[in-house]
Amino acid sequence: MIKVENISKSYADVQALKAISFSVEKGELFGLIGPDGAGKTSLMRILMTLLLPNGGRAEMAGLDVVKEYKKIRRLVGYMPGRFSLYQDLTVEENLSFFATVFGTTIEENYELIRDIYVQIEPFKKRLAGKLSGGMKQKLALSCALIHKPEILVLDEPTTGVDAVSRKEFWEMLKKLQQQDITILVSTPYMDEAGLCDRVALMQKGEMLSIDSPQQIVDNYDRPLLAARSDDMHRLIQDLRQWDQVKTAYAFGRFVHVTPSNDRLQPDEVKAHLEKRNHQHVQSSFIKAGIEDVFMALMASDSRSTQSQSQSNEVKQV
Amino acid sequence: MKQPNYDNSELNTETATGHLSAKRIPIITVKNLVKKFGNFVANDHLTFDVYKGEIFGFLGANGAGKTTAMRILCGLSSPTSGELMVGGYDVYKQTELIKRNIGYMSQKFSLYEDMTIAENVRFYAGIYGLSRQQRKEKEDRMLKKLGLEPERNKLIASLPLGWKQKLAFSIALLHDPQIVFLDEPTGGVDPITRRQFWDFIYEAAAEGKTIFVTTHYMDEAEYCDRVSIMVDGRIAALDTPDALKEQFKSEDMNGVFLQLARSAQRTE
Repeated sequence: MIKVENISKSYADVQALKAISFSVEKGELFGLIGPDGAGKTSLMRILMTLLLPNGGRAEMAGLDVVKEYKKIRRLVGYMPGRFSLYQDLTVEENLSFFATVFGTTIEENYELIRDIYVQIEPFKKRLAGKLSGGMKQKLALSCALIHKPEILVLDEPTTGVDAVSRKEFWEMLKKLQQQDITILVSTPYMDEAGLCDRVALMQKGEMLSIDSPQQIVDNYDRPLLAARSDDMHRLIQDLRQWDQVKTAYAFGRFVHVTPSNDRLQPDEVKAHLEKRNHQHVQSSFIKAGIEDVFMALMASDSRSTQSQSQSNEVKQV
Repeated sequence: MKQPNYDNSELNTETATGHLSAKRIPIITVKNLVKKFGNFVANDHLTFDVYKGEIFGFLGANGAGKTTAMRILCGLSSPTSGELMVGGYDVYKQTELIKRNIGYMSQKFSLYEDMTIAENVRFYAGIYGLSRQQRKEKEDRMLKKLGLEPERNKLIASLPLGWKQKLAFSIALLHDPQIVFLDEPTGGVDPITRRQFWDFIYEAAAEGKTIFVTTHYMDEAEYCDRVSIMVDGRIAALDTPDALKEQFKSEDMNGVFLQLARSAQRTE
């Protein structure tokens, strides 16, 4: 349904997308996971025919994003990261405006948006600019869906949203997916990756990994240990200073440790920490989560860029 | 896989006694804080203390009243009623003294993008009335610590988000405030930088600074010494993360938060 081949995009001296390729199947819920600056928005804007790529090609529902942009626009729904509805129109006016632009009516496709729209319908005479954040989000989603798009693209719909509203939003997406809509959604929250069928982990214009969330964590084949004690700050420092440890990062009340020696055992970690007067020490092997994998991929990625720039320096010398 | 079987539940969660238990000196005291906007009660009788050197997590659903309370504690808005002291100063009469004794940083507002790193440091040093000598010392020490000395004449706009956030945090500490308010400081930041940012927070707390922080990342709630969770303008829970998990029979703070925030009546 979405096909991307070697898409590149640069702004002045920043390379926002570095020859990215991936595809999304019909009816799939596909996530772009990555921090700010990963290139998620640029990629979505290219697919939405709002931005021209510098290289490569992409198709939406079999149509070329550069040559057939007009046809694509009838088939896709888009919820940009920034609220971009008409603030001085009411809720109802915004919705009927978007319906009219796409040559349809609210009644014709009401079934598709009903579950979402009923929650804001009591406020249909209110100006969109006066809505709360959660209600704006529901209106924006209703407007993106009113022409019954085949593909729905959502740019960070849950950023800055509390944990409860985030959960509700993902439940709405799951329901839309059952109506055979293909969904491409971006998020900086690693824990949301598990809610997608497949995800692409993105960082600095590149895709670090593309797979199902389960497969991504299963592919992580290095040992990973968790440790805790009463003093988190000192725990992190003591672990980082130990030559048996490659990385030590906080994960909630635990520190996740990647050992420099694959044979490192939890008992050895415990003994090491107790020798340094840590209290209530616990340590065990654990299975990696998406965030562990992302961090490991990030580190190996930056190391390769570093060695690259080092070799460049050598050449210059 | 070559790893042995694991089970997270093996790691039982006994209540930890952090570095705080020894001395508990309140640096923020809030008694019956009420803030109304017309008929709307944004803060409904909030009562809590924040201790010196503590990392205090201030959580709540969107619209629960966090921002309103935080603005009052920063001396930017007056309460309708209640007794509040921040760093030893009264929030009704001594707002200017409060502002001088606190640092503030948010994801939305941090630094001037079209000024260089050095210019931003000088600008904030000027605002807080630091002498030329003090400023020079602080500037050198800070940029050295951050490894940003070679970049001092670069525009903020050219820095990656993670660096901006670390610099903004250091600048919030420039005038040596007793308390630092951090409003969603790590939103949109990559997972490694997010954790490096928390290293900075721990370090500042270890030096005796009090950290008052809001976040939507529930794993970060676990890094706090104590956490308060607001629901519908009230504080629905306040304790150490371990005690809250025990109380709400949840494995993590996300579970605690969902149980409390789901009961919310108000949506923003």
